[in-house]
Amino acid sequence: MPKITYIEHTGKEHVIEAPNGQTVMEAAVKHAVPGIDADCGGACACATCHVYVDPEWLAKTGEAGSMEQSMLDFANDVEDNSRLSCQIKVSEALDGLIVRLPKSQH
Amino acid sequence: MRPARRGFKHQTAVSTGEINRIIIVGAGQAGGETAQRLRQAGFAGDITLIGEEPCAPYQRPPLSKAYLAGKLEMDRLLLRPPSVYAEEHISFLPSMKAVWIDRATKKVRVEGGRELPYDALVLATGARPRKLPLVGADLDGVRLFRTAADVDAIRPRFVSGAKLVVIGAGYIGLEVAAVARQSGLETTVIETAVRPLARVTSPEVAGFFLDEHTRQGVRFVLGGQPAIIKGQDRVTGVGLADGGELPADIVIAGIGVTPETTLAQHSGLAIDNGIVTDAECRTSDPHIFAIGDCASRPMAHFDGRVCRLESVHNAVEGAKIVAALITGQKPHAVEAPWFWSDQYDLKLQIAGLFQGYDHVVFRGVMADRSFAAFYYKGDKLIAVDAVNRPGEYLGAKMLIQTGRSLPHDVITDETRPMKELVASAR
Repeated sequence: MPKITYIEHTGKEHVIEAPNGQTVMEAAVKHAVPGIDADCGGACACATCHVYVDPEWLAKTGEAGSMEQSMLDFANDVEDNSRLSCQIKVSEALDGLIVRLPKSQH
Repeated sequence: MRPARRGFKHQTAVSTGEINRIIIVGAGQAGGETAQRLRQAGFAGDITLIGEEPCAPYQRPPLSKAYLAGKLEMDRLLLRPPSVYAEEHISFLPSMKAVWIDRATKKVRVEGGRELPYDALVLATGARPRKLPLVGADLDGVRLFRTAADVDAIRPRFVSGAKLVVIGAGYIGLEVAAVARQSGLETTVIETAVRPLARVTSPEVAGFFLDEHTRQGVRFVLGGQPAIIKGQDRVTGVGLADGGELPADIVIAGIGVTPETTLAQHSGLAIDNGIVTDAECRTSDPHIFAIGDCASRPMAHFDGRVCRLESVHNAVEGAKIVAALITGQKPHAVEAPWFWSDQYDLKLQIAGLFQGYDHVVFRGVMADRSFAAFYYKGDKLIAVDAVNRPGEYLGAKMLIQTGRSLPHDVITDETRPMKELVASAR
């Protein structure tokens, strides 16, 4: 299974094995990684699963779609590498992915 | 206070006062989130989570969407894998019913007679779907819509060409109708009111969804009065009060829910459209909290109006409030209520509470299938229904949360981006 590294705002790392086909958000929530709330469960309705994709991985994760981008417009501390993790699907190509978590989702 | 046990992911020392044993009754999203958030916040005492369903806590919203469509399996519906409850020393008791609360001795009795002591009790008992008050409602093929088991029972017959009658044109009824059309079922929706979504949105937005479903091939019987469910063992049709009859292989009723307050009522807690709580989710007994669909609490952004909300936001927020309170963490900052519904390629996102609005203005036009309806009470923005307009939804939510507003002619000005408008609001 692809491994994904989540780095909390404090620097604490969580390495999670994420099943193909699930999202980067789901893998985090199911393993209780703090810092990803994902209240809506992945319906792209709450914008509380904001992550920063490690720049080296941006080409592989692709860019935010228009709905996701509109949601990100209203998230806190948005950067060029901001994504909603519910919109990134896990695949073998993302084995080793690193994402950093913002200080707060609200 | 007992020493923290090994194996917790978060062992931060947190003062829990006298609270060492927490029982959560109800293992839906509210109950499940409470257990998780207590552990995340460092609560090291006993947590017992009692649920009537056989499975671990799961998300209900996809039941009438992706799960019904067969696009999401049960393991993805679960909030967390079943194994984490044992890993985090959460005593999870599925298929178990709490039958009595002895408030004097602080014990919960479960079916079979076992009594479990608590220092704090969280009632997250949810709501029961209303049953059809009709002859034939118990025929095979007639289902209410609340649990994964309800959907599992429907699925084998939920196939292309089957005749489906949905009773009730609320969000669940319309979501089911959308999935049904996309799966090729012949679909009719019966609604006793003269328009769909009558309780939950304005006539304008309801009209938009009515048109969309009609275009997609859903037939509507508005102002219709179902009188009898026909069939021998299996349902064959729905008889209407005016004498008409609709043939049916499946009947799905989505006619609202009743808060599950039986346990609270028997133990003498205050009830008024759900278990009454204060803003901190405390019931009339200070050792007992109530959260989620079963509880009514004052809404911070709506002059403390007491509301019982049936939503993910409300379930999760109750869990956050209670977990923060019990573990002595910074109080949860309450959000403006929010909701969503997915139908066809339309994503409806709602923030605030529209009840009592006196004016509605639109940004964008319905014909583009991308617009937002902003609801005002006087000058104050109180709610938004946004269709394929996430920015308008989040922007309005922020305004409502911060008690700000924008004049009608400003919020509808499409030449200015929503983000800029929100930043300019007072």
